[in-house]
Amino acid sequence: MQLALFIIFGALAVAGALNLLWQRHPINSALSLVVVMLSLAVLYWSLGAEFLAAAQVIVYSGAIMVFFVFVIMLLNAGEEERTHGSRAAYLAGVPGATAIFCVLSFVFLTERHAFGGSNIGGYLSHATNNIAELSEVLFTKLLLPFEVTSVLILIAILGAVVLARKER
Amino acid sequence: MHTEVPIAAYLILAAILFSIGVGAFLIKRNLISIFMSIELMLNAVNLTFVAFAHQWHQISGQIFVFFVMVVAAAEAAVGLAIIIAIFRTRQTLNVDQVDLMKL
Repeated sequence: MQLALFIIFGALAVAGALNLLWQRHPINSALSLVVVMLSLAVLYWSLGAEFLAAAQVIVYSGAIMVFFVFVIMLLNAGEEERTHGSRAAYLAGVPGATAIFCVLSFVFLTERHAFGGSNIGGYLSHATNNIAELSEVLFTKLLLPFEVTSVLILIAILGAVVLARKER
Repeated sequence: MHTEVPIAAYLILAAILFSIGVGAFLIKRNLISIFMSIELMLNAVNLTFVAFAHQWHQISGQIFVFFVMVVAAAEAAVGLAIIIAIFRTRQTLNVDQVDLMKL
């Protein structure tokens, strides 16, 4: 079950990310990013993080991506032009991304045993109550950082309003 | 049915998504597309956090993902406001034409 979920939604996430890379119109990129985020939510759920799966759907594919689509339509962003001038982006971008992928997967595969010998369990309903566990830590030990995040969100909202305001 | 997925598979999936995000960040010419590739990289890192949290039966990884989501939401709000401000002064979203700091 978990293997099937991993293969299907992992492939879907990679396909969505590649589509994001290839599409030239930002609205198509945004919609394929929604696909990536929804399949990542399923992967979180299969890893026993139900609360984060719900939060991923609500916060990322709900709020943030709606915001992105709204801004794209507001600015009437057209198809992006091909870069003229330096080809440095292509010359550095593709080998750079490949090199990062090679380094990361090399480390992950050679240090496989340091991550612990056990494999991830195959059943989904084994996880303890995720929300209870998370909220207990969040409201006792990490109460101050949790409150600081609310201040952060407030400041971000004020900053967004100030930045996007039309100046007289 | 007990098919098991090794944690390295999740980590390599996250590495693939992260490198696609890096490539898109370097190749894309549109400000909004660049911003979306940053979100993709954040999501890839979140996947490794959740996989490690599952591996070691620790809740800390999931808490980190929660905080990353909060910061990403704040960052999206401020960043898109900056994009709107840039578009208002420059009438363009192409990064080749927005390479001066002077507004």
